[in-house]
Amino acid sequence: MGRFILRRLGQGLLVVLGVSLVVFVAMRVFGDPAKVMLPLSATVEQRAEFEHLIGLDRPLPEQFVHFVKDLVTLDFGESLWQRRPAMEVVFERLPNTLMLIVSGLGFAILLALPLGAIAALRPGGIVDRVTVIGGLIGLSTPQFWLGLLLIMLFAVNLRILPTSGIGSWQHLVLPALTLALPSLARMTLLVRSQVIDELNQQYVKTARAKGMRFHTVLFGHALRNTLIPFITLAGWEVISALAGYTVVVESVFAWPGLGLTAIQAIQRNDLFLLQAIVFTVAIAIVLVNILLDIIYKFIDPRIKLA
Amino acid sequence: MAAIDPPATPIAAPRPHGRLRALFDELWKDKPGFIGFSIIVLIVLAAFFAPLIAPYDPATQSVVARLKPPVWAAKGSWEHLLGTDQLGRDILSRLIFGARTSLIVGFSVVALAGAFGVTIGLLAGFRGGRTDTILMRLVDIQVAFPGLLMILLIVAVIGPSLGTMVVVLALTNWMIYARVVRGIVLSVRQTPYVEAAEMIGCPQSRVIFRHILPNLMSPLLTLGILEFTNIVLAEAALSFLGLGVQPPATSWGLDVSTGKDYIFVAWWLVTFPGLCISITVLSINLFANWLRVTTDPQEREKRFARARAAVRRREERRAGIRREAA
Repeated sequence: MGRFILRRLGQGLLVVLGVSLVVFVAMRVFGDPAKVMLPLSATVEQRAEFEHLIGLDRPLPEQFVHFVKDLVTLDFGESLWQRRPAMEVVFERLPNTLMLIVSGLGFAILLALPLGAIAALRPGGIVDRVTVIGGLIGLSTPQFWLGLLLIMLFAVNLRILPTSGIGSWQHLVLPALTLALPSLARMTLLVRSQVIDELNQQYVKTARAKGMRFHTVLFGHALRNTLIPFITLAGWEVISALAGYTVVVESVFAWPGLGLTAIQAIQRNDLFLLQAIVFTVAIAIVLVNILLDIIYKFIDPRIKLA
Repeated sequence: MAAIDPPATPIAAPRPHGRLRALFDELWKDKPGFIGFSIIVLIVLAAFFAPLIAPYDPATQSVVARLKPPVWAAKGSWEHLLGTDQLGRDILSRLIFGARTSLIVGFSVVALAGAFGVTIGLLAGFRGGRTDTILMRLVDIQVAFPGLLMILLIVAVIGPSLGTMVVVLALTNWMIYARVVRGIVLSVRQTPYVEAAEMIGCPQSRVIFRHILPNLMSPLLTLGILEFTNIVLAEAALSFLGLGVQPPATSWGLDVSTGKDYIFVAWWLVTFPGLCISITVLSINLFANWLRVTTDPQEREKRFARARAAVRRREERRAGIRREAA
């Protein structure tokens, strides 16, 4: 177990190194940080001073070594916008994003299993058809639009929930729901099709023929076998939410998490802060991936961690 | 039919036509798939002939016609079927032109990412050994990247435009093609007919194009179509965030974003462009669902078995009722 985690951390290091290479090439080779970050009125001297300050006047390989060194020490420089270390801003906003993901995707995960299983009991029945059509609509709806529709319905017309911001639990309802619905749709459709396939297997007929109760077969066998692909998808949902899909939800609801901060950093040309956010999220994704592998091991003892 | 054909047509010619017709008949039987397909055709036609269909120029502003509601609302008029936005631009015209952006971005990204991913996948699957290990490790690493955030960062540094968006989306979406193609190549290479072809001395190019590529066509088609929906959604999201298509160009995502400041006074600004995205993606999904089942022999088997079972059950039930009546 310990060796496995070490190995995966090593692979994670490769991912973070890859991210830093891409970010470096994008920022220093294709882009011009001085042009993006300095005001238009900056003089040539100011520009030279800024370039010297962040080391843009040195050769590229040397710049990359410094870049990686800063990365290892988690020193991303000072946020231009907030005038304080970028990592401080990140740690302040990270809990908000995590709260959104846990509540939204938690809701989706808890609801997808029963919904999908009920639909699978009678393939082609009325419940099944409603679930499938609802699911397809859910995964075809752009999240930002869904969020705006929910605002129009619950905040503008019914006036029972706040339009945006953070504070009470009521503020969390709409953003979490917006984040949850497309994921809920994908996961429900997966559970449904997996359970239908499982219930058509020969072992189910055998179990039923020897007199096992249907719900024992369903819960003890069919749903259990659905868990592995389900967790793969649920993990993917968490990762893609981390990797940026909360950006859209957070900017619709002005939810002060990492995503909204990323957009604000872009609007204020604060590349250091943006960089800090990207690396924090990259590390978070590596950790979630390791956690997923450990969960697999617990669910299916046949899986060997290597 | 045959009477209309010119006599010079060779006898074998009607066959592909017949096959197409059979396929169409099958699509007709799957109602959701058929509806999806029809809507896709409509959207493509609308995008193609946009300047002919659209009642107004999508960028023409009008101070007197600002924020006009759609025709069925209390103050709506027939001049602007779906109303106008805060600058007096005709919403319907903007929607028709916006379809172009979605389709162009979708097609170019799928083509670029697909070409790159398929090449990498073929290379990894054929060369095997170290090439395979390195390429697939590269894919693994890039899959674990924080996708959308990286896109935001790169676009912010290079500067947003349609071209940037296409290239960046292609660079972040090629991995799935590589994985799928490599998997199929590895499994098809083991089949007896490919081994036989290699044994009798077929050149490798013939093995690839004649024996392996046909196996790739249908999964790649389905994958490409599903990826197309993801790209349409991604383009809309990027444009919504202000990092995709820039005004004065039009895009559904961009229109939702400008409309969001007016949700208290003008619901139609946000509703219609969003609905367009939703309907487009839903139609493609419905069609792809049908296509996936139709091109996969195993799924086809299941579908026909289910249909036969349903017919049998219905007949049994009817027979049962008749027996009771007698």
